Amino acid sequence: MASAFTSAFEYAPAPESRSVVDIAPSYGLFIDGEFTEAADGRVFKTVSPSTEEVLSEIAQAGEADVDRAVKAARRAFGAWSALPGAERAKYLFRIARIIQERSRELAVLETLDNGKPIRETRDADLPLVAAHFFYYAGWADKLDHAGFGSSPKPLGVAGQVIPWNFPLLMLAWKIAPALATGNTVVLKPAETTPLSALFFADVCRQAGLPRGVVNILPGYGDTGAALVAHPDVNKVAFTGSTAVGKAIAKTVAGSRKKLTLELGGKGANIVFDDAPIDQAVEGIVNGIFFNQGQVCCAGSRLLVQESIQEELLESLKRRLSTLRLGDPLDKNTDIGAINSEEQLTRITSLVEQGEAEGAERWSPACELPNAGFWFAPTLFTNVTQAHTVARDEIFGPVLSVLTFRTPDEAVAKANNTPYGLSAGVWTEKGSRILAVANKLRAGVVWSNTFNKFDPTSPFGGYKESGFGREGGRHGLEAYLDV
Amino acid sequence: MSDKSEKTEQPRLSVFKTYKLYVGGKFPRSESGRVYEVTDAQGRWLANAPQSSRKDARDAVVAARKAFGGWAGATAYNRGQILYRVAEMLEGRRGQFAREVADAEGLSKSRAAAAVDATIDRWVWYAGWTDKIAQVVGGGNPVAGPYFNLSSPEPTGVVTVLAPQDSSFLGLVSVVAPVIATGNTAVVIASERSPLPALSLGEVLATSDLPGGVVNVLSGRTAEIAAPLASHQDVNAIDLAGADEALAKELEIAAADNLKRVLRPQAVDDWAATPGIDRMTAFLETKTVWHPTGSLGASGSSY
Repeated sequence: MASAFTSAFEYAPAPESRSVVDIAPSYGLFIDGEFTEAADGRVFKTVSPSTEEVLSEIAQAGEADVDRAVKAARRAFGAWSALPGAERAKYLFRIARIIQERSRELAVLETLDNGKPIRETRDADLPLVAAHFFYYAGWADKLDHAGFGSSPKPLGVAGQVIPWNFPLLMLAWKIAPALATGNTVVLKPAETTPLSALFFADVCRQAGLPRGVVNILPGYGDTGAALVAHPDVNKVAFTGSTAVGKAIAKTVAGSRKKLTLELGGKGANIVFDDAPIDQAVEGIVNGIFFNQGQVCCAGSRLLVQESIQEELLESLKRRLSTLRLGDPLDKNTDIGAINSEEQLTRITSLVEQGEAEGAERWSPACELPNAGFWFAPTLFTNVTQAHTVARDEIFGPVLSVLTFRTPDEAVAKANNTPYGLSAGVWTEKGSRILAVANKLRAGVVWSNTFNKFDPTSPFGGYKESGFGREGGRHGLEAYLDV
Repeated sequence: MSDKSEKTEQPRLSVFKTYKLYVGGKFPRSESGRVYEVTDAQGRWLANAPQSSRKDARDAVVAARKAFGGWAGATAYNRGQILYRVAEMLEGRRGQFAREVADAEGLSKSRAAAAVDATIDRWVWYAGWTDKIAQVVGGGNPVAGPYFNLSSPEPTGVVTVLAPQDSSFLGLVSVVAPVIATGNTAVVIASERSPLPALSLGEVLATSDLPGGVVNVLSGRTAEIAAPLASHQDVNAIDLAGADEALAKELEIAAADNLKRVLRPQAVDDWAATPGIDRMTAFLETKTVWHPTGSLGASGSSY
């Protein structure tokens, strides 16, 4: 059955050209409007996860560089925050437009550095990146009307640490509201995906952004820790793991630094017996296999009503058999590479633990490329709530399937984790959608859809998925003295 | 006949009040059996207040968690009625509270009475907020796609409140009312030196249709009670209003362990000034619920 589908839909390879992006052999840190080497001369390499090819050598920021960047941001803060909002808005509009102009280049770059399919960078990441700058550009001269008092003030220097799963999108989520509200920024991209942030520095140059307003410091966890702990940083924003989020919360305790955290999740995707099965299957696939499941709000726990379990699983398995795994630059690719060897090891060990604990593992017939970091889309059935694969965030293309009988049981199981970021509800019954959505302890609930994002819509978690919201009017609060 | 003559000769001996905690709608003594002396501003003995233990704190969390579902699920209209009912009950006991506040804070009778009036009015103010805050901080988002979504505020859960040390009643209510107005439940640590108005407030709350467990009042050593609450895994947020700088830092570190929402201590010059909505929004989550609209469906048959 599976092979019949695969052959019926065979496509010729359709790779996106790499020639639209020019990657230099090395990049420096971006401080005070200029590229510069790290003070101690350290560098690291960034590789393409799909081929393990070295893409570039990147300067690695140390404590001295963090200090230099924070000082540059502090110097720039006075003039930037004093600028009329309408002028700040125009800079952000310029950035949004330049991102649109260069979106093909940036999409290819992001796919090379991150390993995710070009279909996603081109159709999801880049349009959203531009949209976030457009959205927050419009706020810059309307802050008096945002509901935070008549003259809300920026906080100062924002230290921002972002993850590798959506490198440019997370940059946009952090930098757009920070600049719109008059803050200046020191941003640390993840060590495995520093390139698009460094290209963004070039976007800032083209936009004529005053020097020091945006500073980019590639590096590892220690760079981020130094930035978060820097005494002259007024605001800390972090997206990443819950464990690191807790450590950051402890670091800023007792200081006056404002903190927002977007952390992990173990999203429940609840499918009721009256759900439109085909649409639900698409939603389940999109919920957990989008970006290889390396998504904090991924629907990694499927809760299916017992009476339709067989039918749903059959459809789901058939659908998984049609997913194409391979060259992320191929426009037909659904599943790209895992971001790093380290992440692949983590996914592998959690999946092995799932098997050892007695859950049943299934993957479609799937050939993995020889080079690079790959993991086949994976389903676990016979999963109980006590299983590690039902509790721990795997951050990979691994779906755990549990069942329920009543709506109350579904809600209880969905809420039975320390996380509270996202959830999905599939049913044709409106009152059930509203009642269940109401009871779910999660910051985003998608009903009859999944993994939808929009700059106008607040996003963020309950419980140990962090605090604060990004996006929408709510996203401004994190960068204002309110 | 002799009874009558004795009465005229001896002044009446007043009935002292045994102050008790308010937990889960009941008035227990501290399980530890401990009390501590509470004095007025001149150092004169007023009463013995319960000195709560870690166990009392944990019991209060259990009560607050048990009450959360019902209180958060009550209609905003209903919560507003109950908060207003608290004001009604307090209005009838203005004299008692004016005496207690005067004793607690060393205020003149008139200033204490003014503080009590302001406190009553504060309940009324928050009673009016319960069914408005969602409209002010929530709303529909203009999504660029065939979707409809709504952001709504929801209570974060069980909130530990360290009441201000200096304002035993107005300050107390100013930090407790916003927490429960939005549907959270509270474990409140009364001012360490002046806990009596807070303990008496428990008696008012108990007769105000407020479900048991929504507000739980503990008295004792703030640092001792706050420590287990800051690290408690079933507490969702903590208001550090009554903590000094060193204690606040210690509790904030403990609170990071399950990523509690933390409201840091803020200097308050005048508790009587109109509060903003910050104390409510500090303990609210925003939930965004999406649904397809089908309105931009390409096939024309998507709805």
